[in-house]
Amino acid sequence: MASYFVAMASIAFIYCLLALGLNLQWGHTGLINFGHVASFAIGAYTSAILSLQGIPVVFSLLAGTLLAGLAAYPIGVITIRLKEDYLAIVTLGFSEIIRLICLNEMWLTRGPMGLPNVPNLFSSWGPKTNEWLNMIVFLMVTVCVLLLLQRLIRSPFGRGLRAIQEDEYAAAALGKNVVAFKMKSLIIGAAIAGIAGGLYAHYMSYIVPEMFLPVVTFYVWVAVILGGSGSNLGAILGSMILFVFLEGTRFLGDFGFIVDKTRFASLRFVIVGLGLILLVLYRPQGLMGKEK
Amino acid sequence: MDSLLQAAKITKSFGGFRVLSNCSMRVDPGSITGVIGPNGAGKSTLFSTLAGFIQPDEGEISYRGESIRGLHPYQIAQKGMVKTFQIPREFGALTVLDNMVVSYPHQKGEALPNIWFGWKGVCSQEKQIRKKAETLLEFLKLSDLKDEPARNISGGQKKLLELGRALMLEPYLLMLDEPFAGVNPKLALDLMDMIRELRRLGKTFCIIEHNMGVIMTLADIIYVLSEGEVLISGPPELVQKDKRVLDAYLGMGII
Repeated sequence: MASYFVAMASIAFIYCLLALGLNLQWGHTGLINFGHVASFAIGAYTSAILSLQGIPVVFSLLAGTLLAGLAAYPIGVITIRLKEDYLAIVTLGFSEIIRLICLNEMWLTRGPMGLPNVPNLFSSWGPKTNEWLNMIVFLMVTVCVLLLLQRLIRSPFGRGLRAIQEDEYAAAALGKNVVAFKMKSLIIGAAIAGIAGGLYAHYMSYIVPEMFLPVVTFYVWVAVILGGSGSNLGAILGSMILFVFLEGTRFLGDFGFIVDKTRFASLRFVIVGLGLILLVLYRPQGLMGKEK
Repeated sequence: MDSLLQAAKITKSFGGFRVLSNCSMRVDPGSITGVIGPNGAGKSTLFSTLAGFIQPDEGEISYRGESIRGLHPYQIAQKGMVKTFQIPREFGALTVLDNMVVSYPHQKGEALPNIWFGWKGVCSQEKQIRKKAETLLEFLKLSDLKDEPARNISGGQKKLLELGRALMLEPYLLMLDEPFAGVNPKLALDLMDMIRELRRLGKTFCIIEHNMGVIMTLADIIYVLSEGEVLISGPPELVQKDKRVLDAYLGMGII
């Protein structure tokens, strides 16, 4: 049970990181990014491929983070000047393109066979994985990212983002380079998803393209909306609740709920959807979001 | 004297509909230049074009001796030519003070590296900006509202806040789009005094206004726009007597 908890907590921290990245883009800037999983995949594949080539994990993680951030740049160039809905559809397309590249570029990613034997974070210390240590590192990374982001949103840059989110036309009239603000937010959010991807790859030790379906993006969206867009702590709380729910319902069978597993998997989607509808109706600002 | 802003033969059509046609105007430094005209004359379009929000089809715009045609609105604002809006566009969720503070240009804390590696510098600059904002709010008589979310203040106060935000950029030229619209008479008198005081301090104004009483007493020179063209320009006393102006306003008494 303890090891199960550790494993779940580790994955939950990955989701927290993803939610923090998206919350910067959506909650603090108003960018509708429906392709968040693309940055996650880029981080995961970059770090996995590099570390399989013998590059130390620290550097491969760093490379994955940077590449995920850089990859967001062209997307921003194409779409940031456009309205939000265009950004949404282009990013969604981008995430599918990234996944399909991973699926088809056999020489690079081994396609549907996936990349096995990705070294774990502490592989240089020996073959045995220390789950606890892993989880603590994930926790520390999450806390560090959270602290960096808290500083960011309390800074004049963060205040500029809020102003732009309120009225970008007025912000431009007051000399704010709206495109540059949004671009930075998009790139930082993507880089955070890149870290999450790298950690995920090293943790799972095996990655395949189907881990990076658009549904991951939408789980993260649910977490951010649940926690309250614009609140970093909310993003973390939302991720935790969503994750506990998604994983926790596995155990419902033990408490006498007689529904077979496949059916219950479908039922979970229904419950998540229903929960989201209720939330939007009765607490649209999310659990920790500010009332508008 | 060299002009501060000069627009030459600005033409702009929207889908075949000519909104501005051969508009030329100049704003001299230290002046208050008024722009009047009936609804739909193209005044706001002219302002938006000058401020870079709309690209003219033809024509040249120069500001402080350099061409600003094709520049982004934020670049023009950073050069010290700041436009306010006809309908206030306050940052509603931000406090009145934050609306002011956020408008300060080139803040240290807007550059990402400073946020994590130069926080001290960011904080000390922040104090100065805050002080400046508070001084300006006092001047605008908005001090009592500084911690109020901007969406909660009245329409007239929002107009003042628009002016205040623009002043945070230390502009040379303020382009005010109907600053007196929806402002009560008492506040309008205050606002007139403020504009005069700011002009005495060296600011230049270009003002669109429908309130003839206000603009005729305030402005040194007036441009009358009608159907996208400059009908006439000159000192208020001259413009008031012009028959074409009266016609453009459909014969209504303009004073």
